[in-house]
Amino acid sequence: MKRLLILGAGTGGTIMANKMRKLLAREEWDITIVDQHKTHYYQPGFLFIPFGMYTRQDVVKPKTSFLPLGVNVIFQQIERIDGPENHVVLKDGISLKYDFLIIATGTRVVPEETPGLTGPLWHKNIFDFYTIEGATALAEFFKTWPGGELVLNIADVPIKCPVAPLEFVMFADAFFVERGVRNKVNISYATPMSGAFTKPRASKVLGALLEEKNINIIPDFYLEKVDNERKVLVSYDEREIPFDCLVTIPVHKGDQMIGRSGLGDEMDFAKAHKYTLQSDFFPNIFVIGDAGNFPTSKAGSVVHFQADVLTENLMCAIENRPFTGSFDGHSNCYIETGFGKGALIDFNYDTEPLPGSFPFPGIGPFGLLKETRMNHYGKLLFRWIYWHILLKGKEMPIDSKMTMAGKKM
Amino acid sequence: MAQKIIAGVTIDVNEEGYFTNPAQWTKEIAVEIAREEGIQLTDKHLAVLDFLRERFSKGEALTIRSVGNSGIIDIKGFYGLFPGAPMKKAAKVAGIPKPASCV
Repeated sequence: MKRLLILGAGTGGTIMANKMRKLLAREEWDITIVDQHKTHYYQPGFLFIPFGMYTRQDVVKPKTSFLPLGVNVIFQQIERIDGPENHVVLKDGISLKYDFLIIATGTRVVPEETPGLTGPLWHKNIFDFYTIEGATALAEFFKTWPGGELVLNIADVPIKCPVAPLEFVMFADAFFVERGVRNKVNISYATPMSGAFTKPRASKVLGALLEEKNINIIPDFYLEKVDNERKVLVSYDEREIPFDCLVTIPVHKGDQMIGRSGLGDEMDFAKAHKYTLQSDFFPNIFVIGDAGNFPTSKAGSVVHFQADVLTENLMCAIENRPFTGSFDGHSNCYIETGFGKGALIDFNYDTEPLPGSFPFPGIGPFGLLKETRMNHYGKLLFRWIYWHILLKGKEMPIDSKMTMAGKKM
Repeated sequence: MAQKIIAGVTIDVNEEGYFTNPAQWTKEIAVEIAREEGIQLTDKHLAVLDFLRERFSKGEALTIRSVGNSGIIDIKGFYGLFPGAPMKKAAKVAGIPKPASCV
């Protein structure tokens, strides 16, 4: 019996378990997936929680509901990967042998990395919304907040879903307008980047949107520490931003187990080839999604596109053929802009987000790099697609390779 | 494609002045670009530039934090060497493309 072992039962691990179970004969291949947590979070939904649009129940389901029959599931912490010996050691000392290994352990926020961030004001005036605890605490806070300086800060990049912080401030604008207190709330967006987004054309369009909504962009702000007493953010070049409510996107890291196993970079992201998805260290180890050091967005859409490539390349490796799959960095994000509208961007390693229509050239129904109502419905519809189609590894009408059709240069 | 003459050598650069061909870089050229940015290069600067060039050649992401974790210098010190926007300035002097910090 041969063994495929998958570490992490989040978006990437779950999709791969579904895809590979269909392809690998049950009498020849044993598939096992390991995760420390039993709950699957629909992470794109966290954004909606602080504004009372979703509650906890809308974003949680048991992981086992999405894993296929014929896959062994182990809920246990992972101690380390022993690459030379082809086995993984779990916290309780159990060792799992593998012929092929998929690392899908994702990324985590590490607010402790920034001095003062998790100080006395943590979850009192300082919140994150990348965890269910932070998002729900912020929802409570917003219910009675009279207004003041609302600062969103990105501590460092890379982060999960680089557009979520933009969506957050645009939602906040709409939320406080609807509450009738927008004139009492000053919204600032402090980022280590030199603009609203990384890629120039999208940055320009999104930056203009923020300006229109009277959201103040503070670029090139690289957070050193938070002074709880004076309620100010301090950057490495000693600029200060006062806040009454700080919404932080903390430093992101990979799983510590990657570091312990010697398979990662200094942020514990697993080092892997950006086109083939194969680990830099061992030919029978592959990496998918947020866990990797790939120079593309850490986002579910990327994972979904990578899964097609990984499936193809894993089969190549299993059957001793040269790789035929190549990941182009394809990413596709709906961006909520508030008041029932949304934007959409579609890009890859080499092509920045461009205006146009998606997925059908000239028709859409979605508009690229512009605000439409249809894009907002796309985002809401996506939650259903995520639970019912994407996680199960079923076909979607979007190719994993980015296409230029419908895009305007 | 724009070109620029630095230290007597013709260099391919993009519209923001970043190298498009990192192989054209030399230490003499670095000294010249640094001077344009108002920086006098020291051995510490050069150690950081070597680190960035090496990471770039391996296709690894370039971040301020990675420099801070390099053992060469801490983040505060990096800001001291390349004031204002250290990663952007350092990349320019190191003759590598502007880091696509967030992706």
